[in-house]
Amino acid sequence: MPTYRPGPVSLIAATLVALFLLMPLLAVVPVSFTPSRMLAMPSGELSLRHYRALIEDPKWIGGILLSIRIGIVSSVFSTVLALCFSLGVWMFQPRFTALLVGFVLLPMVVPPVVSAITLYFLLTSLSNVIPWLGYDTWLGVAMAHSVMTVPFATVLILVALSQVDRRIDLAARGLGASTWERATQIIIPNIKFGIMTAALLSFVLSWEEIGVTLFITSVDAITLPRLMWMGLRDNIDPAIAAISVILILVTATVLVLRRLRWPGSRAESGNG
Amino acid sequence: MAPLLLFLAVTYLWPFLGVVKWSFTLPEPGLGQYGALITDPLVQSVFIRTLRICIVVTIASVIAAYAITVVWVRGTPAQRMAAEFCILIPFWISVLTRAFGWVALLSNRGLINTWLQGIGFISEPLALVRNEFGVIVGMTHFLVPFAVFPLASAMRNLDDRVLLAARGLGSSRTRTFWTIFVPMTASGIIGAAAIVFVFALGFFVTPAILGGGRSVMVAELVWLRIFQSPDWGLGAAISVVLVLFVGALMAVLFRYVRPRQLI
Repeated sequence: MPTYRPGPVSLIAATLVALFLLMPLLAVVPVSFTPSRMLAMPSGELSLRHYRALIEDPKWIGGILLSIRIGIVSSVFSTVLALCFSLGVWMFQPRFTALLVGFVLLPMVVPPVVSAITLYFLLTSLSNVIPWLGYDTWLGVAMAHSVMTVPFATVLILVALSQVDRRIDLAARGLGASTWERATQIIIPNIKFGIMTAALLSFVLSWEEIGVTLFITSVDAITLPRLMWMGLRDNIDPAIAAISVILILVTATVLVLRRLRWPGSRAESGNG
Repeated sequence: MAPLLLFLAVTYLWPFLGVVKWSFTLPEPGLGQYGALITDPLVQSVFIRTLRICIVVTIASVIAAYAITVVWVRGTPAQRMAAEFCILIPFWISVLTRAFGWVALLSNRGLINTWLQGIGFISEPLALVRNEFGVIVGMTHFLVPFAVFPLASAMRNLDDRVLLAARGLGSSRTRTFWTIFVPMTASGIIGAAAIVFVFALGFFVTPAILGGGRSVMVAELVWLRIFQSPDWGLGAAISVVLVLFVGALMAVLFRYVRPRQLI
């Protein structure tokens, strides 16, 4: 526990930054209750019409369900791939490990717009060969999201593995366990928490992915972020304020609950 | 291990090479698109604007992140908890929601203009969004949490006794901060600046929404060249240059900072 505390000047500066960080999140709340059809501050009466639109308008429901489906498929897929890769690296310690890991992390480091044009090339090429996996299909989007989330899942699982005691594995090996038994009965149970975190982060990243999605969808595979993007670009639709308020509330609740359940845990899962 | 390598080879490496091929073959084979990058005034103005915005955003984000990280790492437990929520809640919220929040605050009929007009401070709404100012504010807001993590790790590694010794020897709070605390966290500052700058270079969503098509950055130019006024070759060439530039930056960075220090 550090004993050197920040002084009054530091506290004031930090408060200003905190306000800056929270301000836009608070600003959407009044807008979401405006009775107007355009973006405006409510003057006088409040209305829930934009929240009702979320429930009644099939396009919002459709977007939410599609995002959930894509999120689950891509999260499972990228977690399984990341797990196989990480186990292989940890158990066999192949030569050029650093190079292999570096290659896997590429989609995380390369500017997103470059990944986007790359995946656009991939999906438009696939469209001619496998139409259901190509441009503007939900499976195509799920695959592209897997490419983007697999580096984050790999990092989390590798971090979890780095904390496993190698002697457990050596003992199992000495007692005659096969590679498969070692992986499924010894190592995986020890990194359960890391695997779950990887799957959760993959889902969240896919759920809010927009940069790549914009490049690879047009009319059929309209995810929730894509829908919000359309509402933001053209005539600003206050329904976006309503969905934003809901998303902010969910995020804040999850973070507070997590903090209460695991008071010691830091933001370690947050920075990938 | 093999499935992922194979998967990424097929879904990432191969199509990236395809994009590289585009940059040399569309619309006609040759280096024409790279020549256009150097001579086209529009492309040049976009590159210069991108660099300018990235530099401003980097400085602003690192300063803001520094101020809040000091409290997150060294405050009382209550202060730390408050700072942590202020950092993590925006961090986990989607870029679209955050950009929209700024639109709600800054637009002509947004919170700030409505309020300023309400108290009679201004008669015409201020142009706060759909220009470079809006882009800088929105990007800084997005990138502050990313700058926090390297700074926090540098500040946690700092030995408290050094600071206490300085204070015990009669140095003022201000002087201790500037002559001891800041220099000793320099590696974190460099790491944070590098992360923010690299992220800012490829930024797409925030400039597109808050810039309103008027202050186009490199990433948005790629999008425009693919979908609005198709010139795939140029879009591909910009992407290739962007990758090379980021790669060079990282190579320089890793000569000074170990990757471990960045997380």
